[in-house]
Amino acid sequence: MTVIDVQKDTDALEMTITAEFAAPATSVWQLWADPRKLEKWWGPPMFPATVEEHALTPGGSVTYFMTSPEDERFRGYWNIIAVDEPERLEFEDGFADADGNPDSTKPATIIRVSIVERGDGVTRMTSTTSFPSIEALEELLAMGMEEGMRLAMDQMDDLLV
Amino acid sequence: MLFHALSDTTRRDIVRRTMHDEHSVSAIARWYPMSFAAVQKHVAVLERAGLVTKQRRGREQVVRCNIETVRTARRLLDELEQLWRTRLEQFGDLLAESPSDTTSGPATEPQPGATT
Repeated sequence: MTVIDVQKDTDALEMTITAEFAAPATSVWQLWADPRKLEKWWGPPMFPATVEEHALTPGGSVTYFMTSPEDERFRGYWNIIAVDEPERLEFEDGFADADGNPDSTKPATIIRVSIVERGDGVTRMTSTTSFPSIEALEELLAMGMEEGMRLAMDQMDDLLV
Repeated sequence: MLFHALSDTTRRDIVRRTMHDEHSVSAIARWYPMSFAAVQKHVAVLERAGLVTKQRRGREQVVRCNIETVRTARRLLDELEQLWRTRLEQFGDLLAESPSDTTSGPATEPQPGATT
């Protein structure tokens, strides 16, 4: 995997990241379409994801939770906007309540994914994440930041032994 | 709110042009083929989103981009980039280890050094 491009638009609050994989587009698509595969990469290393509902069709939804090292569950959902297998996927990603229903008090983001096979065994995947507000971005990253902090602490522990 | 604030090209242009210099609302209104009232509305939306500040100076309302908000956005987008890099690394590892279960072509061996 090689990240070949990153674009950040502070006005539109969008981040676009492009990576290339030595695999056909259909294999890349499977990592989104197969819930058992999706949960292996969607959550950060210390917050593994568990996917429950998984209906990758327009209007369908995906529900999942991520488990913290303290066994706390963070629930999320996707509302699928557009699907064009194996090239395109667009969905709203938001926070969910304990029952897995969208938590309308928290902001959701829009994620657009494009998967293009280059023809030489390499597939390029571009994903764009758009935020409705700075607060939304802050809220979403709060978990990741905690994780980063914890990882840093673990590394410090290792150094201090 | 911020997204809504910037979903209009006029509003994005106002932010860009007030980043380095402050301008009065009447000066801003002259840049666009629209009424003073319409421009005033755009400025009000930007102000509510914290992207610009408006100050009264004499008889004029002076608009200036709130650079702190823009900086915060940049910092947060940098962190988002890191989150996605971690995700894509896991994505790439998974792709390299799982046998290709497709019907449209041969499985591709992971390239040497492809994890960097």
